[in-house]
Amino acid sequence: MTTTVASVTDGTEGADGTGGAGEAPYALSHLDALESEGVHIFREVAGEFERPVILFSGGKDSIVMLHLALKAFAPAPVPFTLLHVDTGHNFPEVLAYRDRTVARHGLRLHVASVQEYIDAGTLRERPDGTRNPLQTLPLTEKIQAERFDAVFGGGRRDEEKARAKERVFSLRDEFSQWDPRRQRPELWQLYNGRHAPGEHVRVFPLSNWTELDVWQYIAREGIELPEIYFAHEREVFNRHGMWLTPGEWGGPKDGEPTETRLVRYRTVGDMSCTGAVDSEATTLDAVITEITASRLTERGASRADDKMSEAAMEDRKREGYF
Amino acid sequence: MTTTGHASADQLAEQLSATTLLRFATAGSVDDGKSTLVGRLLHDSKSVLTDQLEAVERASLGRGQDTPDLALLTDGLRAEREQGITIDVAYRYFATPRRRFILADTPGHVQYTRNMVTGASTAELAVVLVDARNGVVEQTRRHAAVAALLRVPHVVLAVNKMDLVEYAEPVFAAIAEEFTAYAASLGVPEVTAIPISALAGDNVVEPSGHMDWYGGPTVLEHLETVAVSHDLSGCPARFPVQYVIRPQSAEHPDYRGYAGQIASGVLRVGEAVTVLPSGRTSTIEGIDALGESVDIAWAPQSVTIRLADDVDVSRGDLIAPSSGVPASTQDVEATVCHVADRPLTVGQRVLLKHTTRTVKAIVKDIPSRLTLDDLSQHPAPGQLVANDIGRVTVRTAEPLALDAYRDSRRTGSFILIDPADGTTLSAGMAGDSFAAEPPPAPADAQDAAADEGWDF
Repeated sequence: MTTTVASVTDGTEGADGTGGAGEAPYALSHLDALESEGVHIFREVAGEFERPVILFSGGKDSIVMLHLALKAFAPAPVPFTLLHVDTGHNFPEVLAYRDRTVARHGLRLHVASVQEYIDAGTLRERPDGTRNPLQTLPLTEKIQAERFDAVFGGGRRDEEKARAKERVFSLRDEFSQWDPRRQRPELWQLYNGRHAPGEHVRVFPLSNWTELDVWQYIAREGIELPEIYFAHEREVFNRHGMWLTPGEWGGPKDGEPTETRLVRYRTVGDMSCTGAVDSEATTLDAVITEITASRLTERGASRADDKMSEAAMEDRKREGYF
Repeated sequence: MTTTGHASADQLAEQLSATTLLRFATAGSVDDGKSTLVGRLLHDSKSVLTDQLEAVERASLGRGQDTPDLALLTDGLRAEREQGITIDVAYRYFATPRRRFILADTPGHVQYTRNMVTGASTAELAVVLVDARNGVVEQTRRHAAVAALLRVPHVVLAVNKMDLVEYAEPVFAAIAEEFTAYAASLGVPEVTAIPISALAGDNVVEPSGHMDWYGGPTVLEHLETVAVSHDLSGCPARFPVQYVIRPQSAEHPDYRGYAGQIASGVLRVGEAVTVLPSGRTSTIEGIDALGESVDIAWAPQSVTIRLADDVDVSRGDLIAPSSGVPASTQDVEATVCHVADRPLTVGQRVLLKHTTRTVKAIVKDIPSRLTLDDLSQHPAPGQLVANDIGRVTVRTAEPLALDAYRDSRRTGSFILIDPADGTTLSAGMAGDSFAAEPPPAPADAQDAAADEGWDF
């Protein structure tokens, strides 16, 4: 748990002469500052919206989001429901984690299923087998059907340069589209959640967090994660330089031999495009040390879909992707 | 700082222990090299990872350039890459062993003044970039004025392209002197001038080998060591209520907590407080700091407060110590930066969002519009258009407990919203602001600023 909340520091920065008289007697660590900001964002949405929902995938960012929401409203329950866009190619460990978490906190889970859309003929499987781009339609139709007016996403601005342009409160039109050139200026902490009927606001409480912040916070708070985030032996095969897990989604093809490697995941998404990285990190501390030393971004290391073009993320976000 | 190779185990350990956060904004004219400076800061502080650099190298090669264009690290949108300019505010993140940074990367083009206002609104420091060959130009004065208007506590003047003026000290000294005097006349409390070459990397992260005459810090050193966050906890306490927490559960049948983020100052258990606008009084019975019961909490912590008495408190109310209650008013005098494409006009009906409270309001008067180039005031402009900065008087439907922006950036700021479609119209700063007088002579500037503060 937090250690800085209860203690008043003397505010000095150390022996480099920068602290001292001018420095605040009350300081917050960077994690406390980010946590406080994230909680503020959750409470703003609770105060101003009718039907908010948290996008929850069982990935580390959405897990941290839920943790912040639990803290923001304690001892009352989280006043939001959860929504998972199930690609049909999710890791079983992550689905199990999702269901455990929902049950433990007595939450209500909505599921938007890509498989149902494919079965109904509304969406067609792509030749490369990835279902990530197929998530957009089930997501946006579920938002319309349930009349969600605020949709929390775990997106962080450090993930990708189009996301670096994203607001904390990001207005989407009735087609869920994002227009980066028509965003509202976001001033001070005065978030503007006004929207017309049919429009909604995507809300990103972790905007200012980095991957390292997320991991340090998980370690500090002792938050449980799906086990695939830690090193384990797994049968994988190599496609375009990424270690993918074989499965009904369509891999491996001929000429893609499988092998058993010690790996872990840095991100959790659709199995067809989320790669594992070689790792011996079996504990939170080891993971933190590993990513601090890594010379690859998490998306560069493990997401095939971002490599499709220079503007892949921008294009998907414009269409309504989160 | 080491700029090459892998971080050692010691450096890793240090990086993990970096605890404070600095939010800063950059501003510079088109072609001053701002994207290059940001790219250089990210690159030389090893915040650019291999796959990002490879993407930039690929894109640079694809355009026929033989060296990686670091500006491509930050221009994230299609239109920006196509036009080679930065359109919108972007936020970047990097860390050194000493500190974590959130950078609001704001475009410098004249038509995007509102973007610098946006970036500066949350910044504790602003980096204003000038081209050493051009010196202080109109746009530089605008940037200084916006930093002053938004009361950014620290300003860094980065005199860029020193390599193109043969690293000459007199060039730098003249620009630094002119800018510092101007900034002081605006009431900017502190300016640090640094001669750099973003392209060559001089004095950005590594000390320059070309400018022995300069004994000050590099840009990064200054960012790492400047003292921050000294303005919030020293102010009178302000607690805007965001949300009322009432579990009504078997375990917590009577719990009633007021959730919010402390906007300024320090709150203590046992303190006598007043709830605005009702004026009812009570005592702080308990403070829950996200799951932990504490005796004391301070800005900008998000907490939940319990009061000893069963008073009526709801979202939009403000809790303040009874010893220092802000005045309430329905007539708000303020400086606004107009950020919407449609104008703001006298007589217009708007919504005003201040802390957690949104009220109906009407624009009663727009007494003047400010020209940032020379700080002259144009009386009675009738309206403000995009990127204009002007004085306004707004009448609100309900009283607001509003501090002067000079005293609190958090409780002295507001936004105006179009009630029809929710567009954010203007960024407002309550209380006194810019006056019509041109800046005094440089020699007097420091004293004048110290005496008169921001009221010019």
